[in-house]
Amino acid sequence: MTRIATITTATAPMLEYDFMRTAFMASGIAALLAGTVGFFLVLRGQTFAGHALSHVGFSGATGALLFGLSPLTGLVGFTIAAGIGMGLFGEKLAERDVAIGMMLSLALGLGLLFLHFYTAAATQAAALLFGNVLGIDEAALLTLATLAVASFLALRIIIRPLIFASLESELAEARGVPVRFVSTAFLVIVAIAVAECAQIVGVLLVFTLMVGPAAAAQNFSRRLAGGVVLAAGLALAEAWGGLTLAYATDWPTSFWITALSALVYLVSLGARFRAR
Amino acid sequence: MSALSFDNVTIRLGGRDILKAASFEVEHGEFVGMLGANGAGKTTLMRAALGLLPVASGEVRVLGRRATRGNAQIGYMPQNRGAIAGLRLTGWDVVAAAAIGARFGFARLDRAMRREIDWALDEVGARDLARRGIGELSGGERQRVLLSQALIGKPRLIMLDEPLISLDPGHQRNVVEIARRICDDLKVAILFSAHELNPLVNAIDRVLYLGHGEAVIGAVDDVVSAPVLSRLYGAPIEVVRIGDRYFVMAGGVDVEHDAHRHDHHGHGAHA
Repeated sequence: MTRIATITTATAPMLEYDFMRTAFMASGIAALLAGTVGFFLVLRGQTFAGHALSHVGFSGATGALLFGLSPLTGLVGFTIAAGIGMGLFGEKLAERDVAIGMMLSLALGLGLLFLHFYTAAATQAAALLFGNVLGIDEAALLTLATLAVASFLALRIIIRPLIFASLESELAEARGVPVRFVSTAFLVIVAIAVAECAQIVGVLLVFTLMVGPAAAAQNFSRRLAGGVVLAAGLALAEAWGGLTLAYATDWPTSFWITALSALVYLVSLGARFRAR
Repeated sequence: MSALSFDNVTIRLGGRDILKAASFEVEHGEFVGMLGANGAGKTTLMRAALGLLPVASGEVRVLGRRATRGNAQIGYMPQNRGAIAGLRLTGWDVVAAAAIGARFGFARLDRAMRREIDWALDEVGARDLARRGIGELSGGERQRVLLSQALIGKPRLIMLDEPLISLDPGHQRNVVEIARRICDDLKVAILFSAHELNPLVNAIDRVLYLGHGEAVIGAVDDVVSAPVLSRLYGAPIEVVRIGDRYFVMAGGVDVEHDAHRHDHHGHGAHA
């Protein structure tokens, strides 16, 4: 019976379904933001910070569930707070991997505790950890779109000082760039991108949309502007490709996105090696 | 009015006086080599001129004005550039990022700015190098690309912090020649810090020697002498001159060479 059902769904045009259209729009928005923001995250060598923020988001989302709020609210609130905290700590996050690692474990532990008190734990936990793009409703879509527009705008405003500080922080400081402020503002934007991504692929797999396409883009391209556009484009292609493949196979969307992300990254490594 | 002046400046870092009531002036359009042992305060002095460090007393003036952060009249090349060597971005994009990097908002690289970047790269002979990935260049080639950044914005004072570090002698000569040419062509004052006097000795107008909180500026033969350096090092120093090469010896050991070796281990000699 399941086999027949699978075949039927696979043959119907997927965009006739409301939930599929919503899923395409939501994953498209999140992927464009994640790919763009991820490019700078990779450029700055702060991918671990992005990973840690997603774990903090998990405790935020489970905490929100416990208090009857929407998980997205908790996710965004907690990641932003943690992003500001990290920014104020200092810009050399790469050297603070122990502190971030501790925070990351504590956040997951707290999330577990909140789930323990929340009764309908099992399904929610899976959705938060691994994403549930097909379950996104219109209200959530609107929130995702609004946050993405605000993030893109903020990124555009800080983008020049951000790039400068990422490449040559000492020189940027000497030229009067408020390096600490820029890095904190950037981490707030990262926090929003992480929260958006977590809606699509789950907190455990945020890396796949934020870092995978961005790292691949930097292997493919030597240019800055071209690299950013490519990162966003790859993230979008991976998200939509993942959804399409999930529709055709009935396997989880998040699995397909991670598979495509890994594949693209592998190809980019080959391209980089050949360019040498 | 001089390009850079320190008037009775004391700078205290971590409870230690890096400079003690130091006074000196760098004139317009002159090429000054800055020397001194590790920790003598070469980087600190530049950071004070950039307005990044508070002075405990005295006054630092740049082109007649009190040193402030973000002074566009100073071109600067910091010492610590480790991370950039791993990047695949083109040198042009890196230089452009610096050229427009202080501007918030919807700043765009306009044609005038692109032209200035190309001009600066031409000035250091790195226009073609800048098309390649910055991480793919050799140390000397990368140094030239990054040097162009100090020219953007038509500064009146350029400060280069240890630009010769870990370069082979050929590239060292090349960087010094470029600095001399920039100084002459653009009529800009250059403060060039280094571990060793010899690569610089034929190019510089004067030497600024730091040690024991003191700063002494003057002609090479006046400053690089046994009495002055003994005072700056706080130990008996002999200066041996062979042709146009100087050897600064303490108890039979060449102190400049020694300092140079130290720095290869820990690049973070920031004081």
